[in-house]
Amino acid sequence: MAEFLFEIGLEEIPARMIAGAQAELERRVVAMLERERLVLPGVTSKGFATPRRLAVVISDVQENQNPLMVETLGPSTKVAYRDGLPTPAAISFAKKVGVEVGSLRKVQTPKGEYLQAVSFTAVRTAAEVIAAELPKELAGIYWAKNMYWRAGRPERFVRPVRWMVALLGETSVPVSFGGYEAGAVTYGHRVLFGEPIVLKSPGEYEQVLAKSFVVADVEVRRQRIRKALDAVTRTVAGARWREDEELVETVTQLTEWPSVVMGGFEAEYLTLPEEVLVTVMRDHQKYFAVEDKAGKLAPHFLTVLNTEADEAGLAVIRHGNERVLRARFNDARFFWEFDQRVPLSDRVELLKNVTFQKDLGSYAAKTGRVRKLASGLAGLVLERKCELNPVALDEAALLAKADLTSELVKEFTELQGIVGGLYARAQGFGEATSDAIYDQYKPVSMEDSVPRTVEGAVLAIADKADTIAGMFGLGMEPTGSKDPFALRRAANGVVKILAETAVALPLTLGEVAAAACGQNEALAAKVRGFLAERLEFYLREARGQAYDVVKAVLAVGAEDVRDAVARAEAVTAVRGSDDFAAVSAAFKRMKNILAQAAEKGIAPGTGVEEALLTEATEKALAERSSELAASVRALRAERNYKAALESIATLRPQVDAFFDTVMVMAPAIEVRANRLALLGRVLGDLSGIADFSEIVTAG
Amino acid sequence: MQATGEKKVALTFQELLFTLQRFWADQGCVLQQPYDVEVGAGTMSPDTFLRVLGPKPVRIAYAQPSRRPADGRYGENPNRLFRHTQLQVILKPPPVRIQELYLESLTAIGIDLREHDIKFEEDNWEWPVGGAWGVGWQVMLDGLEITQFTYFQQCGGMDLDPICGEITYGLERIAGFLQDVDSIYDIVWAVEPDTGRKVTYGEMRLAEEEQFSAYSFDYADVAKLWEHLSLYESECLSLLEQAKNFEKMDQLELKRFPVLGAYELALKCSHVFNLLDARGAISVTERVGVMARIRTLVVGVARIYAAQGQQLSSTVKA
Repeated sequence: MAEFLFEIGLEEIPARMIAGAQAELERRVVAMLERERLVLPGVTSKGFATPRRLAVVISDVQENQNPLMVETLGPSTKVAYRDGLPTPAAISFAKKVGVEVGSLRKVQTPKGEYLQAVSFTAVRTAAEVIAAELPKELAGIYWAKNMYWRAGRPERFVRPVRWMVALLGETSVPVSFGGYEAGAVTYGHRVLFGEPIVLKSPGEYEQVLAKSFVVADVEVRRQRIRKALDAVTRTVAGARWREDEELVETVTQLTEWPSVVMGGFEAEYLTLPEEVLVTVMRDHQKYFAVEDKAGKLAPHFLTVLNTEADEAGLAVIRHGNERVLRARFNDARFFWEFDQRVPLSDRVELLKNVTFQKDLGSYAAKTGRVRKLASGLAGLVLERKCELNPVALDEAALLAKADLTSELVKEFTELQGIVGGLYARAQGFGEATSDAIYDQYKPVSMEDSVPRTVEGAVLAIADKADTIAGMFGLGMEPTGSKDPFALRRAANGVVKILAETAVALPLTLGEVAAAACGQNEALAAKVRGFLAERLEFYLREARGQAYDVVKAVLAVGAEDVRDAVARAEAVTAVRGSDDFAAVSAAFKRMKNILAQAAEKGIAPGTGVEEALLTEATEKALAERSSELAASVRALRAERNYKAALESIATLRPQVDAFFDTVMVMAPAIEVRANRLALLGRVLGDLSGIADFSEIVTAG
Repeated sequence: MQATGEKKVALTFQELLFTLQRFWADQGCVLQQPYDVEVGAGTMSPDTFLRVLGPKPVRIAYAQPSRRPADGRYGENPNRLFRHTQLQVILKPPPVRIQELYLESLTAIGIDLREHDIKFEEDNWEWPVGGAWGVGWQVMLDGLEITQFTYFQQCGGMDLDPICGEITYGLERIAGFLQDVDSIYDIVWAVEPDTGRKVTYGEMRLAEEEQFSAYSFDYADVAKLWEHLSLYESECLSLLEQAKNFEKMDQLELKRFPVLGAYELALKCSHVFNLLDARGAISVTERVGVMARIRTLVVGVARIYAAQGQQLSSTVKA
């Protein structure tokens, strides 16, 4: 048994691709060794990655493959032996497989008794196997974007390969890829440690690299960065760095030997909106923002370096970074001031020159559509006694896209909407208007929050629904993994808003679709279906509901998003109880019986006739279920789904007794029809919350 | 204002250029002069755009003034220019040590890497009009993007083999960094040896920035620009049409066929387009259409350049 290390050295890998590639390399190497019978399932492995390397260490790799037993069937014993002696057929079979004739076994098969040879596959050494198989695994690694670099284009990879290490114990394995043969030589930090390093064994990998200014373990690097951010921030009393997990991940994958330096900027820039300052720092410079005790932005930033330096050295680096940030802030201020010369209300006109989509016209046209759509939805909302300021909503819809013509948004496109909201506030529009503009693109992901106000929520829904309806109208629906216009994200946003706004919006998916599609009913049906599909996704992914629960709940209604969420949660809460499971199973049975009867053309009675209920158990079921139906209806009306479901579960004794004693498909036609009618009534009365027959029950 | 206290003498703008050129000349690059037709980037010079095509190895370096009319700010913005200077290095095929060579070039211009934070961050380059793209990095020095480093993969819609390494230094940015000035216009371009008087970037170029910003944004005659565009376009198209007869041409005629002239006409169109764009004369809807027209020219020229080279080399062999 020996430890195995494989490291591939590359020119800087894009930060966003490192984590995935590290995991895939580890997975592939382990799977390959398992497949080749060089490690046991569940072997210990550990992956490493920096911008310049991907590596994996695997414990307990065998020197040789475990032999694999092969059983080969030969001729039937009838022809294999004559007078107790092997015939030429037996002898040549043994020779072909490579075993002694005497070791052949007799086995019974459905076709009679046959000879069988037991042999073992040839065994290769681990080094042979790895040298032969590993290159194929490397070539199979997925990269979002890759490149050729050698003449003749022999391979594609994310960036050029620059070295490889493959060590099995203390012996190197000649893995060939990208024009290199693996050995025992690796490299440390680009600048801090230039010399090649000869590795003696896999076990020393992490330590040797640490001495060469490389933290190879991603998690260790991440923690080191977090600690350094904390430590450096502590030098300013009361200050805290703004938590930003995504940025921590990025800088972790941009560094091999991270350290942190804090810089400052002139307090006068704090008059610019925080959103702008933070975007410049975060998105353009990968700096962390710092806030003061009160949570307000402080005139400091943190940058994560890929080097270490003494105080004097840090001063130089700090100075350089401050210089860059000052220039960027100056630009932002220039744009902000420049943009104020043309107020948003005058910019609406300019939107005629900004194309939204070539067949859907300009953003001015979109603005017109969204205004109409928003006002239609607002009408429904107001009708249902939900508070909303229609004037502010219309104003927001009118001005929503005006910021697309501003210099600031042209420079920082990720600030669209936000800039509009800030400009609206600065130009004296009311809070309801500017907040709605500010929030119009929310939520941008499943993790993002929804608009804060009803006006913002309606505007955001109208904007997204208009885009979806427009694209569907052009036949540009998402297919498979292709969704170039991010329509799924837009629809997810609509669902999430309806599910999560602080004040419940009384709008259904069908109403949103109908409002967005005007008279075109076929299109509205398509859009409605698409939104319902995203509701299913939302319940599963954002709410963690099981597949069968989602199916059961949506089978009886996918219109009211909040209601669907509540029903799914109630079903999940009770599904664990035995009674509920038993009732669910019984409902499935009822549904099957009804379906089979329908298939055979046997019609149920038009209603349940008391007189035709012959058995005591069916009388009990009829009686109890109609009592329950009344109370379930009442509870459902109160949206007390859990209590409703719990009361349905109390039907179990009657249901069980019914199926134990009653044969539904009785010979007498009227009795049979009456029983079918009873089952139909029970299902109809009690399936309003979910179609329980969809619930998967054990056994 | 060196924060360390130890005063280093930073290179002037022209010394920076000399030093980088010297460095790459020592690495075997032929030093070419800037191309004398307006281009938006060093990549558009035929020394890059056309030489990356075909199998022939190339090592070449040149400074390229690059015009981007929409980036002009009348000389009022200390960080933005209508015309900036790129130092372009083309290495086909890219040497194995290309990154190390690049880092050594930084040392040569006085940047001690151990005193700075340097990162190679993913940044892929693309010029859709030229059917050209590559993968690579922006090189960040203490938070400042100083270089675009690209492995050119396709040009004129054609796969490159071998591929080409392209290093583009932003000379103004690097000079501003070395000299630690907050405005491009304060960069010392040269120092008069006799008097020690400093000639600044502003002295050399400010008037140009002011006037060309005004020309691009306020004066350029839109109607005439459209006419220029059509004229250059039609002449380029006519050459592309004649290039369909390559197979019927004899060796001399083929060799003399002005593919390079066609390319200049395509570049002219690209520049006129940029002027129209800066002038706000191209609506978003028109934009796509005009870009497609220019793409036809640029990609068309790349194709006939490759075809001419191929045919010439095959007839030589035959």
